[in-house]
Amino acid sequence: MSVIAPKFRLGYLVKGITDNIFWIIVLLTLIGIPVVQIVLIYIDFPVIDGEIWNPFRVFDAMTHPERALPLVKNFMQTDLFKVVAFPGFGFAALIAAAVIFVERKMLAKLQLRVGPFYCGKVEGILQLMGDGLKLISKEIIIPAKADKPLFWAVPVLFAATAGAFVALIPVAPGWVVADIDLGLLAVFAVIGFFPIITILAGWSSNSKFPFIGGIRALYQMVSFEIPLILSLLGIVMLTGTLNLSEIVESQSFFPWIVFMPIGAVVFFICILAELERIPFDLPEAESEIVAGWLTELSGMMYGLVQLGSYLKLYAFAALFVVMFLGGWNGPSIFPMEPMAEVITDGIVIMPDALVVKDIPGLPLFAGEMINGTIWFILKTAAVIFFILLPRGVFPRIRIDLLLKIGWYKLIVLAFVNIFIALALVYGGIIGPGGII
Amino acid sequence: MSNQVYPKDKEILPGLQIEKVDDRIMTLNVGPQHPGSGHMRIIIKVDGDYIVHTDPDPGYVHRGEEKMAEYRNYITNIPHLERPVIHDSCNILYPYCLGVEELLGLEVPERAKYLRVIAAELNRCVYIEYWLAIYGIFLGHSTMFMWPVGDRELLIDLLDKMTGARVTHAYFVPGGVRNDVPPNFEDVCLRQVNYFEKRLKEYADVFYDNPILISRTKDTGVLSREDAIKLGTTGSVLRASGVDFDIRKKEPYDVYEELDFQTSVLKEGDSYARSKIPWLDMFESCKIIRNALKKMPKSGSVRVKLKPKPKGEDTEVYRRVESGRGALGMHIVSRGTPQPYRLKISVPSFRNLIAMPHLLTGEKLGNMPAVYWSLNYWPVEADR
Repeated sequence: MSVIAPKFRLGYLVKGITDNIFWIIVLLTLIGIPVVQIVLIYIDFPVIDGEIWNPFRVFDAMTHPERALPLVKNFMQTDLFKVVAFPGFGFAALIAAAVIFVERKMLAKLQLRVGPFYCGKVEGILQLMGDGLKLISKEIIIPAKADKPLFWAVPVLFAATAGAFVALIPVAPGWVVADIDLGLLAVFAVIGFFPIITILAGWSSNSKFPFIGGIRALYQMVSFEIPLILSLLGIVMLTGTLNLSEIVESQSFFPWIVFMPIGAVVFFICILAELERIPFDLPEAESEIVAGWLTELSGMMYGLVQLGSYLKLYAFAALFVVMFLGGWNGPSIFPMEPMAEVITDGIVIMPDALVVKDIPGLPLFAGEMINGTIWFILKTAAVIFFILLPRGVFPRIRIDLLLKIGWYKLIVLAFVNIFIALALVYGGIIGPGGII
Repeated sequence: MSNQVYPKDKEILPGLQIEKVDDRIMTLNVGPQHPGSGHMRIIIKVDGDYIVHTDPDPGYVHRGEEKMAEYRNYITNIPHLERPVIHDSCNILYPYCLGVEELLGLEVPERAKYLRVIAAELNRCVYIEYWLAIYGIFLGHSTMFMWPVGDRELLIDLLDKMTGARVTHAYFVPGGVRNDVPPNFEDVCLRQVNYFEKRLKEYADVFYDNPILISRTKDTGVLSREDAIKLGTTGSVLRASGVDFDIRKKEPYDVYEELDFQTSVLKEGDSYARSKIPWLDMFESCKIIRNALKKMPKSGSVRVKLKPKPKGEDTEVYRRVESGRGALGMHIVSRGTPQPYRLKISVPSFRNLIAMPHLLTGEKLGNMPAVYWSLNYWPVEADR
C-alpha cells in the first residue's frame, strides 16, 4: 500500500497540497459564510448592556474565540440546535455512522475476516465516507414505467419519517426535540408510517421483486406492530403517563426491565422485525427476491433509505433504553457542579471593560446533561450490539413462520406482560399508593 | 397452466376453487442475473406465496467441452476437461484418466494411486466447502458463507503444495499423476486435515443445529426413496433419500477398496438431510486421507512413461467415479486415432437438476433457495 509512485516529484506533492488548500478556502467562503449568515438569522442575539449583538460583532468575536461564548450559549438554547445537532439529527446520524462501522468490523471478526481496512488508514474508519461518496456520484436510474413522483418521494419520506422518530427520543433531562405529553402515542403513529412507505416503494417501482418485497414488508410490519404496541402498554399502566421524559424519570430507582422482562423480550424481537434485520430480513431476502423493495432504488436514493434505516435502528434502540433500561438514569460519573461558571466568569468581552457578569453555566457543560448523555449512549450501544449480533448467527426465517411467531406467540406474551402489570398495580406494589 | 396440479397443501390453497387460475399467477425469472440463481435461469410461476410451476433453464455457460475433446489428443484434453467444475477438478479428471488408461493399457504405479485418492478427497472437500458456503448465503447466513470459504484455504494450500496450482490443478494424467509431492507433505497434510476436521465440527453449532435453519429446511422439498431412484438422482441427493449408493463402495476404483470408510446415508430426503450429507461426507474424506497417508508407499515412481500422442485401440470404455456431487462418468469412443472419436461426459449435476421441478412445485417461494441449492447442483458442470 505504501508504495511511492514511480514518477514521484516533490513539486507535484506541493502543488496538490496547495490546490487542496485553495479549494478549501474557496468552498469555505462560498458555502461557509452564507451558512453562517443563515444560521445567524435564527439566533436571538444577546443584549449586553442594552446593546444588541449584531453580525458585525459576531465577526469581531470570531477573531477572539472567548468573546463568542455568549453566542454559542444562545445558539445552544435555540430549537434549531436541538433539531440539527444534539438530540436530533446530527447526534443520531453520528451514532448511525458509528453503528455501521461497528457492525462491519464486528461481523468481520465473527466471520474470520478483517472487514474494512484500507480506507482511512486506521482500520478502515473512513470506509463509510467512501461509500457515501460512491453513492452520491452514482447515476440515479428510474425504471421507465415507474410512478415517478411516488418513486422519488419514497427515499425522502423514509429518511424523514425516521428523523421524526428520532425527534421524539429524550436523550438527557430536558434534551428532547419534541417533548409532547402523548410522546408514546406519537411514536406509534410514526412507526405506522413505515409499512405505507415500503408498500409505496414496491408499488411505484412497477417491478415484480420490489412488489413481492413490499408486500412482505407490509405483512411483517403490520403483524409485528401489534405486539410491539402491546408490549409497551404495561409500562404505561405502571407509570400512568405517555410522556417519554416522565417515563424515564419514573425509572430513577430501578429500570422497568426488572418487572417487565417478558415485555422487554417481546419488544426486542419486534424491533428486529420492524428493522428488517436478520433473521427477519425477508423484505430484502436477496437469494429469493433480489433486494426486495429496495431493488430498483439506485445511487443516493438507496443511500437515503439506508440512512433512514440506520436512524430507525438508533431510534428503536433508544426507545428500548427509554422504556426498559431507565434512559439517562445512572450513577454520577461526571461532576454535577456546573463548570461553566468557572470558565466564563469575568471574561472581558469588550476592550472598554464591559464585563459580562450574568452568564450562567453553558448548557453544554451542565453536569447532569453530560452524565445523562453518557449513560444514554452506553445503554443504547449495548442494545444496538444485541440488535447487530443475530446477523452473524442466524439464517433468514420464512414468511409463514414469521407471521406465526408474530400472531400466535408474541401477542400472547405481550398480553401476559400486560396482566403482570395489572397485577402489580392492583396488588398495590407499584403505582399510586404502592409499596415501591 | 390451468390444468396444473398442486401436489402439496391441496386443501388450503384457495387457487383451486376459482375459475381462472391464470389471473392469480405471476411469472418470475429467477436468473441469470439474480443473486439466488447461479449461472442459469429458473422460470417460476407463483400463486401468492406458492410455486405452481417450475421450469429450469440451464445452458448459459455451455462451452462444448465434448466437441472440443474430439480435436485434441488424449494428453492435451486434460486441462480443458477440468473446466466444467474447477472446484472439483481432480474428480472430473478421474474417470477420464481411468478410461484412457484402460484404452492404452497402462498400469498405474502404487504410489500414484494413493496420491490420486488423496488429491481427489481433498478436492471433494474443497468443492463441498464452496457449495456449503453458497448454501449458507442462500439461506441468509453470512457467517456460514465466510467460514467454509476460509477453511477451504487450508485444503487449497495443500493442493497447491501437491500440484502447483490453487484451483485448476490438471494433476491427474493417464498413467498416474503429474508430479510427486514435496518431501514434508505427509506431515503438513496430516496436521491440516486434523485441524480441518476440528473446524468442521463447529459448523454444527452455528449452522446445522440452528433452530431457524431446521425450521426452514426440515420437511421442505421431500424426495422419497422411490422418486429419487425413478428420477435418476445421484450422490448426496440419492443418499439423503435413504439409498446407500456410492461408487467408491459399489464399484471401487484405484485403491478405494483397501481404505476404511463408511458412506453417510440419511432417510428423510428433505432439504435438511440433503444439506447435511455433504458435510458428513467431509468427515469420511478426512478419514480416507489419513488412512491413505498411512498406507501410501513412501517412495516410488508416480507416472508411467508415455509415448507422444498415444493411440487407443478401436474400442470404447465407460468409467465412472464418485465426485463431490455424485456419480460422474465418461464414455470414451476410440477409433485408433490419437484423438477420442467421441467423449461423452455424464454429469451428476444434470441428473440432480431433473429432480428440481418435482421438488419446487408446490413449495413456498421462500423455500426456493433452500431446495434449489440442496440439490448439489453446479450449473457450469450441467452445461459442460
